[in-house]
Amino acid sequence: MNYADLFRAMLPETVLEIAALLVLVVDLGFVRKAALQTRVAVASLLGIVGCIVAIWGVYAAGNAGFSVDGELLLSAGRIAGVAQVGILVLSAITLLLLVGEEFTKHVGEYVAVVLMAAAGGLIIAAAQDLLVIFVGLELLSLGLYILTAFAKKSGKSAEAAMKYYLFGGMSAAFLLFGFSYFYGLTGTTNLEGIQTAIAKSGPTPLLYVAWILVVAGLGFKVAAVPFHLWAPDTYEGAPAPAAAFIASVSKVASFALILTIGSKWLTLQPDSTSGLVGLAVALHAIDKTWTQLAVVLLFVSAASMVLGNLAALAQVSVRRLLAYSAIAHAGYILLGVTTLPHYSTAIAEFPLIVGRIISVGNSANAVIYYILTYGLTTIGAFGVVGVVERATGSDRLDSFLGLHKRNPILAAVLLVLFLSLAGIPPLVGFWAKFNLFAAVLNVGAGPAPFALVALAIALSAVSLYYYLQVLKRAYVMPAADESPIKANPVTTLVLVAIAAAVVIMGCFPALLQNWIASF
Amino acid sequence: MLAWCIYISFGGAFIAALLPNRKPGLVRWFALGVALLGLLHAMAGFAAGASQGSQVLTDKLWVPAMGIHYMLVADGISRVLVLLTGIAAVAGILFSWNVELRVNQFFAFYLALIGGVYGVFLSGDLFLLFVFYEIAIIPKYFLIAIWGSTRREYGAMKLALYSFVGSAMVLIGLLAAYATSGSHTTTLAGLAHAGLPVSFQMWCFPLVFVGFGILAGMWPFHTWAPTGHVAAPTAASMLLAGVVMKLGAYGCLRVAIGLFPHGLDPWSFTLLGLASWRDVFALLAVIGIIYGALVALAQTDFKFVIGYSSVSHMGFVLLGLVTLNQIGLDGAVLQMFSHGVIAGLLFAIVGRIVYDRTHTRQFAELEHMHLARRMPFAAWAFVGAGLASMGLPGFSGFIAELQVLVGAWRANPLWAMGAGVGIIVAVAYTWRALQKAFFTDHVPGAHELEAEKAHPFAPITWPEVAGVALLGISTVAVGVYPRILLDQIEPAVKALLGGVQ
Repeated sequence: MNYADLFRAMLPETVLEIAALLVLVVDLGFVRKAALQTRVAVASLLGIVGCIVAIWGVYAAGNAGFSVDGELLLSAGRIAGVAQVGILVLSAITLLLLVGEEFTKHVGEYVAVVLMAAAGGLIIAAAQDLLVIFVGLELLSLGLYILTAFAKKSGKSAEAAMKYYLFGGMSAAFLLFGFSYFYGLTGTTNLEGIQTAIAKSGPTPLLYVAWILVVAGLGFKVAAVPFHLWAPDTYEGAPAPAAAFIASVSKVASFALILTIGSKWLTLQPDSTSGLVGLAVALHAIDKTWTQLAVVLLFVSAASMVLGNLAALAQVSVRRLLAYSAIAHAGYILLGVTTLPHYSTAIAEFPLIVGRIISVGNSANAVIYYILTYGLTTIGAFGVVGVVERATGSDRLDSFLGLHKRNPILAAVLLVLFLSLAGIPPLVGFWAKFNLFAAVLNVGAGPAPFALVALAIALSAVSLYYYLQVLKRAYVMPAADESPIKANPVTTLVLVAIAAAVVIMGCFPALLQNWIASF
Repeated sequence: MLAWCIYISFGGAFIAALLPNRKPGLVRWFALGVALLGLLHAMAGFAAGASQGSQVLTDKLWVPAMGIHYMLVADGISRVLVLLTGIAAVAGILFSWNVELRVNQFFAFYLALIGGVYGVFLSGDLFLLFVFYEIAIIPKYFLIAIWGSTRREYGAMKLALYSFVGSAMVLIGLLAAYATSGSHTTTLAGLAHAGLPVSFQMWCFPLVFVGFGILAGMWPFHTWAPTGHVAAPTAASMLLAGVVMKLGAYGCLRVAIGLFPHGLDPWSFTLLGLASWRDVFALLAVIGIIYGALVALAQTDFKFVIGYSSVSHMGFVLLGLVTLNQIGLDGAVLQMFSHGVIAGLLFAIVGRIVYDRTHTRQFAELEHMHLARRMPFAAWAFVGAGLASMGLPGFSGFIAELQVLVGAWRANPLWAMGAGVGIIVAVAYTWRALQKAFFTDHVPGAHELEAEKAHPFAPITWPEVAGVALLGISTVAVGVYPRILLDQIEPAVKALLGGVQ
């Protein structure tokens, strides 16, 4: 084991941990007596500097990754690199949203926990070994439970954290159980090693059990149906900046992990005669677009799209609405994940056309594009909700009444972000969906992928209705109270910058695509 | 030259949003200036394109990963419709001169809608066209929901969802076409030569045609049109009928027929006398023509009459499209222009000139108001517009509907007969509306005359006169000398048909 290599590969995580400790020391040691907002400013500034240095660290780490005895533990570059930079940028933005917030007096601790959770995210984005994955996942999850509970005076916050913690603990147990089966089947914890071992030894029905347990654990992290129950409560109860962090950074990290696992394992073909998961086998027999393991994900994906979009229609709380819309978006993204194996097999078979395939619409690139832009948009949405909530005391739909008069800038930001979530061009959310669906259809234009894409597009037509419900209140319906809502200038600036980024990336979709492809 | 129409409108929309709400005069004049500038560019581009066929205005690689180009192309059909958009935009602003509520936002949404419409008519790339097409949905929603009248939130949401469902169908079709062609280009010209399999075109054509057809008011997906038109503020209903419905028809022509021509081929079987998608859509168009006209005949609300008449007139456009012969398609495109101008004029008279003074659109109440005597300008303007709408010679509607009928007769005489019935009913409902609203035979009592004197209607303002003049002159000019437009339409249609056959 080469500790110099390990240090180089873990540079971004190390930077974040040092920054976290520094924030604690400075906040508790030097500015403890200062006014709350000064402490917030100092702590978030330090945190943001930490994120920026960590981004440098990601670039400095290069493409080497870290191996022990020839087994890759941490990858670097490509999807992992993109996801890591995305995690750091989004974390920095959520720290900026802390300015002006008053839900806690423990500012240093809050920022430190955010940075540590982000470090956990960085680890799972790069991890290539079951044990490393689990360590990173727990680091991230424990941070998220604490962040959810951070508004100590709010009963809702505590309730949400408790639910999140119980569900999370259970799903971690499922995941670990699944991992243990994989280890038992193959004798290794390395993702690549497991793939080769199973391909060599031949499939067993037990693989299904293991895979379904893993899907349960990962599905919880991305709030996919039927593992989504925590999401609405957590989104509703957590303090706004923490909810933004959960909705964006944690999602990016978890989907990066799903991409890593998916691109390795989804190619596996269990024994089709076992009949253990008859439906998956039967569907695979009908349409060979998907491998049998990917079919399991398809169910999760379709259920998330349908339930997320339909349940969102009935919400009166905007945070819950965002939670259900997040479930729906997770469904779209998982649809992209299911088509991953085609690219990996195609790459293996035709190395010469690899370049073309990647440039045409690699699902992995489409997925990461989707999740990054979704994360950015959703942070902005929570930022607006947070400001409105502080002014009106509630996140009900009706507290957005007359927003265009009470704060025109905020209303305009809300308009841009929600339309982007609905997938209206020329905003970036449109290109995200577009890339993803095109990538799915590129795999095989058979009836089944086509039907699923048609379902996804039809449901995004449904989603316009509930996004418009919020915008209708902000722009159309008359308000009883027209007193202006004041937003902190820093918050306003951040939100406007997010909205501008959403518009610019939507008008020039190639900017982000080229950046992702360049990694 | 033409490309600037798009940029001017979007730039104008952005600046209008930033102008102070407290100075409505400034915003109005600004918006009018922007629209006029757009119209000037449209006219200049129209004139400059007279001798040319299809011109490529801009072509840049936009999304390299998928081969999407930012490509603007203008041929005769585009130039005619861009000109229509310019005229409708200016007229709409003239008839919104009395908007007082949130003026800056009104004109910002208005100009954004116009920009999207210009963009659709000029797009040379399939996905660029779709992007502009979707941009137009959201401003429509807000224009109706905020500044509308009767059941505005319902009408606005219905329109937005219908449009979005339509565009979802289109998107499914387009993505499927892109994936099937496998030819990493998305320009309309490129995809037309991609050699999409006939079986694929067979199911993709109806999907895309219906998707666009929803916005063109195709029966039975037309129900957004009357409620949307009635709920919309005057300028928005002028734009809805004038140009937005044309977006749908244009999409049917350019995308559905242009890319999937084999979708119109005969099936191998006959079902209820229908032997191809062409028969199906022709039947729907004829039903739309007759149904729209008959329902218009039964309305008690003045604006609903115009709303249903739009469904009927757009039926002629759709019928012209599926004739698939030169004269029928010429007529369809000319009818798009003609209906855009005439429907705009009718909505302006009903929604702005009459309604803003009488505050009612019910015939039962209008009958007692003696509008012909008290508002002669409105009455005579409506007589002119009504005659144009009925398709009398000398107005643009005559030559357009005549061409559609001739084309339909050549394709299938039954279609032409059905459409002919629609024209006769059109005379009836226009006549009825004219009589009930303006030339009532109810004799005024003495106290009624006194009341009229005590509360005279506000005088007609100059923007109203200017708007009526602009639209009126356009329809008469094209009616008297249709070659202005046909010289550009015919070669473009010929080129399109050449690609189709």
